Amino acid sequence: MGVINLAFVIQRPPYKQENSTLGYTHAIASQTAEIHLEDGDSVTASLILVGDGVLTCVNNQKAMENYGLSSLESHFMNALLVDNRCVICKEDLERFGITEDRIPDATAMGADMEPEIKTWDEIQAELDKADHLLFV
Amino acid sequence: MAELTIGVFSSLVGSTTLASAVKIAEAAMEKGHKVNFWTSGNATALAKKGQKKFQDYNFLQDKILELIEKGMEFTICEACAQARGMLKEDSHEQMKRAAMDWYLAKGFGSDRMLHIGGE
Repeated sequence: MGVINLAFVIQRPPYKQENSTLGYTHAIASQTAEIHLEDGDSVTASLILVGDGVLTCVNNQKAMENYGLSSLESHFMNALLVDNRCVICKEDLERFGITEDRIPDATAMGADMEPEIKTWDEIQAELDKADHLLFV
Repeated sequence: MAELTIGVFSSLVGSTTLASAVKIAEAAMEKGHKVNFWTSGNATALAKKGQKKFQDYNFLQDKILELIEKGMEFTICEACAQARGMLKEDSHEQMKRAAMDWYLAKGFGSDRMLHIGGE
């Protein structure tokens, strides 16, 4: 009986390749992982956005209009809605000139979880706490 | 004996990453470890039947079937495969298909997860 935490480290941009999307969809799938486990066992997944990966959570993405695809912004909000922790690297946001008001939250959708902007040092500590690191 | 779960997104052809992941799986099994192998995205091509061997392209089908025979659990992401038009009948019956939660659940019992994103 226990909980295992997986940390998906999203480090690539939102479009042009599939990695970031798959990182989000795998993390969101933690919601139903229990069907494969014994009673009382569970898996939680966190999303750690670093480098180009911080671009995946910027608001007002127009992926559906331009590509006919769900946006990474919507995946980000869905992840919050299903209680995946979403941690964003403060320094990388600053490098791109992205201000905190560009990061959506999903409280209007009913999410309890809010985005967490943390320094690289704080993120290192988060990575240390994870049972498994998955670099996407 | 430890349990290792490997997850890969990289293509069968166009990248040597998937081939390297299979070599890691084989090496771990040779050392007596249990290996679970998960493919998502372009890596689901690894399960496609009818691959032809050319010297200029990775050919991993026989190796994967051999490792499955030796006890490796091999599962592909069902949605990723279907999005690529690869239906159940297009892959070998020893190769399982599942939702992404299968992979995450494998993390529970594994001593290590080795995740390799795509190119």
